[in-house]
Amino acid sequence: MHPALQGILTIVIGVSGCVGYFYFSNQLLDKVLFPPRGPHAGRNITRANLIRPWLFLFPALAALSLYLAYPVFETLRLSLTERLPGDRSQFVGLANYQKMFSEAKFWEAMRNNLLWLIVVPALSTVFGLLAAQLSDRVRWGNIAKSLIFMPMAISFVGAAVIFKLVYDTRPLGQEQIGVLNAIYLFFGGDSPASWLTIPFWNNFFLMIVLVWIQTGFAMVILSAALRGIPEETIEAAIVDGANPFQVFFKIKVPQIMGTIVVVWTTITIVVLKVFDIVFAMTNGQWETQVLANYMYDKMFRANDWGVGSASAMIIMLLVTPILVWNVYNARKEMR
Amino acid sequence: MDNIVGKKSGLVWAVHLSLALLVIVWLFPTTGLLVSSFRTGDQIATSGWWKSLTASEQSQTLRTASPDEQQEIDGVFVVEGNLFESTDKPDISSWGTSSRDIGANAPGDTVEVNKGTATLTVTANGDYRLESPEAFEGRRGERVFLTAETPPEFTLDNYDKVLFDENNREGMAKAFFNTLTVTIPATIIPILVAAFAAYALAWMDFPGRALLIAVVVGLLVVPLQLALIPLLKLHNEVGIGKSYLGAWLAHTGFGMPLAIYLLRNYMVGLPKDIIENAKVDGATDFQIFVKIILPLSFPALASFAIFQFLWTWNDLLVALVFLIDSSGETTVMTKQIVELLGTRGGNWEILATSAFVSIAVPLAVFFAMQRYLVRGLLAGSVK
Amino acid sequence: MSNLTLTDVEKTYPGPVTVLEHINLDITTGELIVFVGPSGCGKSTLLRMIAGLETITSGEFTIDGARMNDVPPAQRGIAMVFQSYALYPHMTVRDNMAFALKLAKKTPAEIDAAIEKVSGQLQLAPYLDRLPKALSGGQRQRVAIGRSIVRDPKVYLFDEPLSNLDAALRVATRIEIAQLKESMPQSTMVYVTHDQVEAMTLASRIVVLANRGIAQVGSPLDLYERPENEFVATFIGSPAMNLLPGEIVETGDVTRVKVHGAEGTITSAVPTTGDRRGAKINIGIRPEDMIPTSTTDYAFDGEVAISEALGEVTQVYFGSPNDEGGTVIAKLQGIHRDVRGQNMRLTAEAGKVHLFQDGRSLLYA
Repeated sequence: MHPALQGILTIVIGVSGCVGYFYFSNQLLDKVLFPPRGPHAGRNITRANLIRPWLFLFPALAALSLYLAYPVFETLRLSLTERLPGDRSQFVGLANYQKMFSEAKFWEAMRNNLLWLIVVPALSTVFGLLAAQLSDRVRWGNIAKSLIFMPMAISFVGAAVIFKLVYDTRPLGQEQIGVLNAIYLFFGGDSPASWLTIPFWNNFFLMIVLVWIQTGFAMVILSAALRGIPEETIEAAIVDGANPFQVFFKIKVPQIMGTIVVVWTTITIVVLKVFDIVFAMTNGQWETQVLANYMYDKMFRANDWGVGSASAMIIMLLVTPILVWNVYNARKEMR
Repeated sequence: MDNIVGKKSGLVWAVHLSLALLVIVWLFPTTGLLVSSFRTGDQIATSGWWKSLTASEQSQTLRTASPDEQQEIDGVFVVEGNLFESTDKPDISSWGTSSRDIGANAPGDTVEVNKGTATLTVTANGDYRLESPEAFEGRRGERVFLTAETPPEFTLDNYDKVLFDENNREGMAKAFFNTLTVTIPATIIPILVAAFAAYALAWMDFPGRALLIAVVVGLLVVPLQLALIPLLKLHNEVGIGKSYLGAWLAHTGFGMPLAIYLLRNYMVGLPKDIIENAKVDGATDFQIFVKIILPLSFPALASFAIFQFLWTWNDLLVALVFLIDSSGETTVMTKQIVELLGTRGGNWEILATSAFVSIAVPLAVFFAMQRYLVRGLLAGSVK
Repeated sequence: MSNLTLTDVEKTYPGPVTVLEHINLDITTGELIVFVGPSGCGKSTLLRMIAGLETITSGEFTIDGARMNDVPPAQRGIAMVFQSYALYPHMTVRDNMAFALKLAKKTPAEIDAAIEKVSGQLQLAPYLDRLPKALSGGQRQRVAIGRSIVRDPKVYLFDEPLSNLDAALRVATRIEIAQLKESMPQSTMVYVTHDQVEAMTLASRIVVLANRGIAQVGSPLDLYERPENEFVATFIGSPAMNLLPGEIVETGDVTRVKVHGAEGTITSAVPTTGDRRGAKINIGIRPEDMIPTSTTDYAFDGEVAISEALGEVTQVYFGSPNDEGGTVIAKLQGIHRDVRGQNMRLTAEAGKVHLFQDGRSLLYA
């Protein structure tokens, strides 16, 4: 069946299915099982109300359990098994982990991820804060924010192409079409550099792509936070004798520290998941491998689901502190 | 705050300047892509895109017409015409007859050629006049070197080839429709499912509610890498395999935490009085949901829809794992770009154009619906 | 020494919207001057112009003779207490008070000494290491005041500091502020409020602002006993002064006036000249100055519509006489029971009868 037709059919079935499910299950509950009439009216209403939330929740819970909760456990289990031909598997304990830890490529990925984790959230938050503060008091601030935020709408792959053009290298003597080399030569560089192949530093050139995208996110949120600062505290600081920099660092930033942390942690999670950029630009070559890419590699190129799962568990491990922190904060707020 | 005494104008200028610099730096890469998509392969390969926006100086070597065309006018033999073949006549800044000095003459000058036997005049738009008291010999015209300012030249050929050329196996048209096919159901279905759940978590009281909300917050953080292998296995076992259905289900599942979180946050903020009033009036929870909550939640629904749309449109990983097989029939645009990066890495005109086609729709959606996107981001993020 | 002078000051926003114009004011050292007026009259704007948080569109503002129009707030020698206290939420009380001093590069010893002195004065010692969110409204208020005192400024500016407190706390804090002023006779305080009770009790002089300008400047009792115009007359005093339309019957050192609808005439101590005979005026009598009478020379006669027994006084409201002017109110001393529906005839002493023509008091004509 033509995919578009399939798509439309799915939408129709999906939507009517959902609506139908909700409508009919509620009808069933209210009209058939526990009607609010007769001798047990009161008890029925209570029972109906006890069950109803679960009716509303059921499809979502099913999706969540199946697509996110179950995989956590299944991946854990898979990381302890080895895939055998004929769709069988055998339990091998921690062998996959041992294999993984002995691979240089894994440690390269870990080292790189650590670099990414330190650099990208920091740079994105700093630039985002800068952009937020600068655009706050300027009349064309909204346009500026729009333009800086725009990269968030671009796919990681699209961004990879954009920056590949920026990093392009032509041999010496030919005109450079990559702006980085053009600037480099203009300011006295000897010969055009192939930026993405320089060991160690190439990671930073890849990180710039993610910073370029995430700064807009940081900026939007920090801008709202800055606007939320009571104006009078800033006026009081000015009357107290603070110059604009002192106001910014001693009065404004401390008051939005909570939001800064949220932005930082959110970007950290994105960094751990980032796969497309490295995949599209270097595919892990020249020592740029990262965990997400490593995992994909193991899963689909090497067909090693055991080690692939093990690496996925490592990513999960790295994310867990943030998970705990977020849940803790959410519960605190609800009290 | 803007009227505070003592605001130094120097500081104000510094702010404007720094912001402008920041914006230019942020805009620069994307502009490069866009401009490159309008240039031919040759243009891209020979000059940086930033140079293409202004007129550039180019040297050309052209010939006057052959002596066959000469006419005799008033006793003088004349060959006349225009050096340029096309209707575009660039402005000649300098010209010459010897390759050793191509810029010897200014437009309008008359010089001796042919060892002094003839004169040649070339004007700024390429009109020339060769005069000689005696007939010209030979079969070829005079060689003229000229330096002309060519205005910026752009072309739509790339777009033509990438989008409309049916023979182009690497064309984006099919990928475009495939992406659309993946995105739309994957945006609509999660909204519906999540809206009901969000309402339950926001306005219904039941034991375990706090726990469930905590679970949702936790699942927001779980990286989808964890789900790839188990779910692919599951899809294979159930018979869905790699297909659109698999991709739709996957996107629905992965988008669920964010959807529930966003929608719940918004619904909690709805005025309690309206809902309680409706309950007192005898409305069932279902009716309240459909008639009051859903319409009032429109901004949040729109926010999530934008989010999910952008996310699924720009996605690569889920498509790679759950949809695209070796036949390539179900390829999406992101995958197509990755392919092009590999096979046509050097053909920037194709690459840039394809990439721009893939980001055009998200950009359009972004600029049209920015408000909702921002609102979605802010939900629950500002502490 | 801290004399402030405003000369022909104007404030206009782009629009153009003129908020204040022709403001002329001399504030001498040691005064507690209160800006009071209805909302939107520009009193906060005027205060902020003195602070430097708003620019002055035209006119001159000097402190001790030095022109301050272009001087930034921190260099004017002022300290400000904001309506919402504006405490730095992430700093302890001690750090809040130390902030300005640290910026001024005072030594830690100086800072500690200053904080100790002020926290003793305001009983803040037990709270020094707490964050603002752990303090009550009244305590935060005191910290805000303490933050200002610590800087030892020439001028203190208060922007409706008591508005966010509940009624009982407001009274207590008002008294504290009055005592504070007593202990600092050389400091000048400029205080903004919309509450006339605060104005009357705290001020050495009151500036009533209305209609983009100053309606009257004077001591509280000046404004009460000798208002210059109808606005001030009805603004000061609660319930507001009754304005009864009438006309001048006889002029002289003592003026005889007749209220429209009344049978006879009453005397006013306001002297008028002959040319005013027959002039249409508003006769102003405060509710508390209304005295019951039985003669035909009265100011007002009417049926009691509503009576409010407050114990100490009884406020009686009458329907409006011949539909001119508003409800007439009288404030009678003591308890009067069952007066609803009764007829009352009221007059006032000559010294309490104010005369206004075209909105201006004839006392100053």
